[in-house]
Amino acid sequence: MGRFHRHDDGTVHDHDHDHGDHTGYATGSERVEVLEAIFAENDTRADINRRAFETNGIRALNLMSSPGSGKTTVLAATLDELSGDISVGVIEGDIATDLDAAKLGGRGAQISLLNTNNGFGGECHLDAPMVNRALQGLDLPALDLVVIENVGNLVCPAEFDVGEHAKAMVYSVTEGEDKPLKYPVMFRSVDVVLLNKIDLVPYLDADVETYVARVREVNPGATILPVSARTGEGMSDWFAWLRRFAAATD
Amino acid sequence: MERPTVHELSLCHAIAGVVKPYAAGRRVDVVRVQVGALRQVVPESLSFCWTLVRDHEDMPEAELELEFVAAEVDCRGCGQHSEITSRWTVCCPQCESSDVEVVRGNEFLVTSLEVT
Repeated sequence: MGRFHRHDDGTVHDHDHDHGDHTGYATGSERVEVLEAIFAENDTRADINRRAFETNGIRALNLMSSPGSGKTTVLAATLDELSGDISVGVIEGDIATDLDAAKLGGRGAQISLLNTNNGFGGECHLDAPMVNRALQGLDLPALDLVVIENVGNLVCPAEFDVGEHAKAMVYSVTEGEDKPLKYPVMFRSVDVVLLNKIDLVPYLDADVETYVARVREVNPGATILPVSARTGEGMSDWFAWLRRFAAATD
Repeated sequence: MERPTVHELSLCHAIAGVVKPYAAGRRVDVVRVQVGALRQVVPESLSFCWTLVRDHEDMPEAELELEFVAAEVDCRGCGQHSEITSRWTVCCPQCESSDVEVVRGNEFLVTSLEVT
């Protein structure tokens, strides 16, 4: 059957097609030039979100991490700190539950929950159209800062612009110091890394300097903030970073 | 397996989304995709996921052809242009400076189709 190859074994190969011999084709095939970025549609929608934020004087932060890094705990402490001072909206990405949204309630922030389980077994990231839907759940003119809490995952969220002005990640010391080298796209994409759970360092084999050095190898320009959301250590540096970010207008 | 295949599945849906308007109802025989080395794409997973997605997307004959692009940087420190072979760092291999401009390796695009 000519060139109807199935690649069920995952084989990837280059091969020239003999356009003179398309067995079984009634007519010859035609080459169509495309040259279009695969994320172009998402990126266009992300720009629409960004304009919606900017029209309302809002700065938006995409907050990412692996599952269990303490991202929601960091965010809860952050909302408590900023409450009454900076008006915060949270877009909460969660595959199927409202557990995180419940944990963030009652802290003075608007919460828009976004379950992602409509996709093929639950989307593993937020994309720009999903965030656009979640914006309907927020009173944008009343807000100064929107934090988009992405789905816990070190792979997919790094690829999708959702209309944010900066990307942050929570990376806990219990994940091991090798993670920047294993997930370089995520670590390279972020502006700030919160190195969380540093209160647990005495029980681990590596010190904070080792974690910082591994992040630096992959992303020399990132701001790295060692913190413990549980004890509060280092959190004032994070709050200061976030206040500067929220006040910026570029 | 350390990485979730669902990632490549969502990438395949995105590829199909780009292809459809260009195919404009014609039968798609080949989809050519360029993948930069700095992209988090596992070729084997992408090819496997494509065999699942193409049926859902009404292009069951479409064969996915991948073209790989090595990462290259221009170093502002030493002025050299280099290919990057490391998977995780894009620092200049000549002088180890991190002050580099990535000139290739972030590609992820559909370059062309064969349609009938």
